[in-house]
Order: sequence, then structure tokens, then C-alpha cells
Amino acid sequence: MKYSDYYAALGVERGASQDEIKKAYRRLAQKFHPDVSKEPEAEARFKEVAEAYQTLKDPEKRAAYDALGQRPQGEEFRPPPDWTRQHSAGGDEHAFDDVDFADLFARFGARGGRGGPFGSAHGGMPGQDFEVPVEISIEDAFRGTTLELQLSMPEYDDAGRLHRVPHAVKARVAPGAVDGQRLRLPGKGGKGFQGGRDGDLYLDISLKPHRLYRATGHDLYVDLPLAPWEAALGASVEVPTLAGTVNLKVPAGTPSGQKLRLSGRGLPRPRGGAGDLFAVAQVVVPSPLSERERELYGALRDATSTNPRRRFAEGA
Amino acid sequence: MSIETEVLWLDEHRVVSLEELVQCSGLAREELLELVHGGVIPAREVHGTSYTFSARVIGVARTASRLRSELELDITGLGVALRLLERVSTLEDEIARLRAILPRG
Repeated sequence: MKYSDYYAALGVERGASQDEIKKAYRRLAQKFHPDVSKEPEAEARFKEVAEAYQTLKDPEKRAAYDALGQRPQGEEFRPPPDWTRQHSAGGDEHAFDDVDFADLFARFGARGGRGGPFGSAHGGMPGQDFEVPVEISIEDAFRGTTLELQLSMPEYDDAGRLHRVPHAVKARVAPGAVDGQRLRLPGKGGKGFQGGRDGDLYLDISLKPHRLYRATGHDLYVDLPLAPWEAALGASVEVPTLAGTVNLKVPAGTPSGQKLRLSGRGLPRPRGGAGDLFAVAQVVVPSPLSERERELYGALRDATSTNPRRRFAEGA
Repeated sequence: MSIETEVLWLDEHRVVSLEELVQCSGLAREELLELVHGGVIPAREVHGTSYTFSARVIGVARTASRLRSELELDITGLGVALRLLERVSTLEDEIARLRAILPRG
């Protein structure tokens, strides 16, 4: 495991008072809490800060942490046997063999009546819930997909020892997931201990950016490039949809930015129906112009009465 | 070897009880009810002391639980924080919608 400098994480001296530790935590938690912060790396920073606080706010855990001595952050590390014997249930010197540093102090009180949050007086400790962000493609949201997740969760064995255990989870996501959709997998979180129920796994779905489509809810938007004459005269053009190409009738006089709706061609809704696909017209000016095109545009200029900046004059 | 598992969609079509919401969020029943009565977590139906909710609010309740324990907020601060987060979320959704409409260029 790698050593974590909890005092450095909170930005306090090793001799800091409990009050100083609490103030430092509150200041950093407000700054980095992932539910309120948009700072880059906020979630990782908050995790460090919360892990440090969970240990340092508890005098017993803090004393045990201090007894490990001061080491460089991230140094490969193994608790000394005498420390392990002293702090594990029943003096088991292998109790912390396959845990993360973060799990080391969470384990206190799991067995042996140390009185921590994991006491079993009420007949078991429920397993931990886990929340995992999952990115899927727009195609997967359209067709549905099966997610195969490889997770690592802290888990107690029958003897009360904590281990990091790999969890493979396979979950079928039906068509129709959108950005922000939450899914709950009951009982797929951390294992309960001594009869406690297993925790749940929550998946927070987000959609990967797509080269063509932009999603908002179940509606999709796609840019529809049009030649000036297609926009002016109208045309029938092919538009790619998630279910294949369809023909779209572009009305004469379609301006740039006009949204043309293809009903029911967006993402399916989980309980039936579907969002729409909007093709957003973008008039593309030919460039470079050939000599012939230049002549024809010149003739059009001379023949037309259109003034695209009429509103400027009206506003004067 | 993993076995395909049950997946519950937390959306407006799924209904959960107060007890299920307590279990999923980790909040105490009294705390949840304060948030419900304060209008922060909307109930779908109320019959006397029986409440049902859209499963969508599980996310809000779990956020409330995290904020309460990790930022050590009291119920009043929690209510304010959740209302502000809801406004931020609404604005972010609106920005995302407007960005989707804009051509990529």
C-alpha cells in the first residue's frame, strides 16, 4: 500500500489541535465537495481530504496513524508487525495484508469491541453503497447495451478482516438512457457483514460526445449543411439518423439555424415513444469559387432585390 | 464470471416508499420528512403518514445525505444547499440544451 500524509492533505501541522483539523477540513470540503465544486480534480481532492479527516478527527485513529511515523507521500509502505498486532482484532498480524491505506483505519472496531462505527450490537453492518460514473455512446443509448464493470470494493471476511475484493458486474441497460440517468443495482455494492444487507451499486450515466449528434434529453440535434440554392429553392436531402438514412424535404427559403424536425427519430424513451431528431440548417457558402460560379453569383446579385441587412436601415 | 443483474431505472415512472428512500439515502426518516415538508424533496402522494416518491428523488436524497455528513450541514443549511444545487442543475440543463441547438461550426 502507499502511505498517505493526512496532515499534508488537510494542510495542517502534525501537532494541530482537533479544532484546527476540523476547520481545515470544513474549508477544504466546501471547496472540493464533488456535489458543489466544479474545480478540476475536485472529487479526487475531496476523497483525500475526507479520508484524512475521518482518521484525524478520531483521537484513537489519529494516535494509531501517528504511531506509523511520518513518511513521504505515496511511499510504498507496510504497517510494522508490532503495529498490526496492536491494532488488529485478536492480534492478527496479517489483518491488513491486502487493504488500501484508506481502508486501514476504517477497519478499526470491526471486531473485538473497539466500539467504532462497525459494532455488531444490532446484528450486522450493511454493506457500503457505491456510485460509479459510466459513459456510454449515443448508439448504445439508442440500442441498449450491456455494461461489464470491473470494480474493487472493500469487504469483510467472516473473521472480520477487511480485503479489497474485485467485483465483476454485468448490467443490461435498456434503450433510452440519457445524460444524468441514474440506475440502481440492488445488492451489488459492498457485502454486508454479520448478516447486514448487501449495499447497492448506483450507475450515473452520461453520454459520450458524438461526431454528428448532440443530445438533450431524448432529443438529438444534427447540423444539416445546405448549399445556398438548396436553402433558397428547397431540396430533398439525405439525413443520417441512428436507425439509418432518411430523406428530408427542405422547404424553399430555409434560413441558417432553422430547425427541421424528424419526429420520433431521437433516442427511444424507456417506456415507449422516442424523442425527435432536429436537423439544424447551415447554409454553406461555396469556396473557392470557379470563374463560372463567380459569373453566376454576379448575375444573381444584379438580378435580386434582396437586402439581407434591411433591418439595419429600419432600426436607424 | 459475473451474472447479469437487476437494473432499476431511477426515473419518474418508478415509485418508491419513504422506507425505501430512507434505506437508499442513509438519511433518518425525520430528516427526510423535514426536507419533504420544506418542499426540497417532493412527495408524489401523501396519505396521512404514508408517502410515495418518484424514484428520481433518490439521487437528491443521496446528495442530501452526503452533504449532511461530509459538510456537517444542519437541516436548514442542507435545504438551502439542495435548492441551490437544483437551480444550478436546471441552468446547466438549459445551457446544454442551448449548446445542442447551436451549430458546431
